[in-house]
Amino acid sequence: MDRIWVLAEAGESGPTPLTLELLTAARSLASTVEAVAWGGDTASLAAPLGEYGATKVYDVGDLGGSLPGAPVASAVAARVLGGDAPDAVLLPASYDGRDVAGRLSAKLDRPVLTNVTGLREADGALVTEHPVFGGTQIASARFTAEGPGLFVIRAKSFTAEPAGGGPAEVVSAPAGDTGATGGAVIRDRHAEAASGPKLDEAAVVVSGGRGLGGADAYALVEELASLLHGAAGASRAIVDAGWVPYSHQVGQTGKTVKPTVYVAAGISGATQHLVGMKGSKNIVAINKDQEAPIFSVADLGIVGDVHKVLPALIEALKQRG
Amino acid sequence: MNVVACVKQIPDPAAPASLDPSTRTLDRSGKLILDDSDSYGVEMALQLAGNVEGSEVTIVSMAPGGETAGLRTALAMGAARAILVSDDALAGSDALSTAKVLAAAIKRAEPDLVIAATESTDGYTGTVPVQVAELLGMPSVTFAKSVVTDGATVKVERQTEAGYDDVESPLPALVTVTAGVVEPRYPSFKGIMAAKSKPVEVLTLADLGIDPAQVGAAGARQEILDVKDAEARGSGEIVVDEGDGAQRIVAFLEQMKVI
Repeated sequence: MDRIWVLAEAGESGPTPLTLELLTAARSLASTVEAVAWGGDTASLAAPLGEYGATKVYDVGDLGGSLPGAPVASAVAARVLGGDAPDAVLLPASYDGRDVAGRLSAKLDRPVLTNVTGLREADGALVTEHPVFGGTQIASARFTAEGPGLFVIRAKSFTAEPAGGGPAEVVSAPAGDTGATGGAVIRDRHAEAASGPKLDEAAVVVSGGRGLGGADAYALVEELASLLHGAAGASRAIVDAGWVPYSHQVGQTGKTVKPTVYVAAGISGATQHLVGMKGSKNIVAINKDQEAPIFSVADLGIVGDVHKVLPALIEALKQRG
Repeated sequence: MNVVACVKQIPDPAAPASLDPSTRTLDRSGKLILDDSDSYGVEMALQLAGNVEGSEVTIVSMAPGGETAGLRTALAMGAARAILVSDDALAGSDALSTAKVLAAAIKRAEPDLVIAATESTDGYTGTVPVQVAELLGMPSVTFAKSVVTDGATVKVERQTEAGYDDVESPLPALVTVTAGVVEPRYPSFKGIMAAKSKPVEVLTLADLGIDPAQVGAAGARQEILDVKDAEARGSGEIVVDEGDGAQRIVAFLEQMKVI
């Protein structure tokens, strides 16, 4: 593989962990890795992106408040259609990454492979891995038509490792006119008060499910997570029920987590949930139904009532101080 | 205001899913139901249409065998009519082909606002809505947790890693909603009866002017090579709580050195 582009997302503290994972993966697959970035301060990304293997950064520039999907896809498509096409584009399975992937796919008339958790090269083509049926099986797929192939990759599929490269060269890659498609504009941003580590970066995750019985009982999950310096997660069932916001959702349609310890409280273990947490190093499950599928992946399973076990656990941890 | 709600009719998630052994694509030959994820989109569409005078909701879907069971559910909830694209040549379509077909069908409804779920429960590629928006030349706002519109612009609270953004877009536009944003209504008996006589337009690829060779298995540009069992986790210790459950967890956490 000659050249892979990585869609590089950045937050206030530089490139996102997933971006660094994608750069590391790209490095192992192609001789040249280049990044696509946007925002007002792309120059500051040249060093960290270079350190993880990018030799160039295509800078879409400041988006003037537009959601990234349309302008960033437009910039990438312009280069590709102009004849400067990589073999593949790796995009993060994030809110904006998926927007860019969808638009780019339609603009280039190329399909896109999503929910990718593994990538390897075989016979000159990239072969993907996707968890199916709750991660109990792994499907492998590849593109059969002309590239560039578009791959949307889930967090934690690869381990980020710096390559020790110097700063990447910044090349301007403006979006051009996006017409009506670029009409969605951010008017204001709200950061929810976040205490403790992020869900997908925490060493301990405590998640609650429908077995909690009601939205009020989610406070037990939050308290336990806080005592363990971890993050609070949720099954799709209680997100759908409106007990907790979507940002807490762990699973196929939510976040992938791989903490040292995952505690599933009142979660039955639908395939939808298992795919998002099965990679955890250790799993503790509390559920009153002995037959619940969650016990099939648990290292320690407590068949019991979460309303008894969680308060007792919280009390025991408090007493330890 | 013309509001289109895109829905997918999927095999009942409560029933065991399987792959067609010859194509390794999801077996969708059984009875299909309205994807639960889409009931939020339909509800949101109905609420938004209810707030702007002279609005109605059109349901758009693509399904094999002229399947309308899920569409009737959406019509019973209050949508005015439905457009279903059903054509044998569509079997095995990838996400982009699906988006092309849906975009062509949606266009017929002359939409001001298109609502979809963020992703389906069965395929969950999550790219179709944005591909549709691009094909229709519309702006899109994904992962909406709140949506309001006056018929000219749409204001959305969009989920982000840190919290949410206030996003505004002129119409026509496409919005995807996350589950749980609204409480989907249960169809009333009256609604179910009324749904039986609501118009469902069933279209083929020829009706939409789409070349069958460009979609379905014939037009697919990706293939599934194999499906293997994932590495199984070793089974752990499962114990019935006799009042010592919490202590056992504490001991486990100590062993794992997280406390």
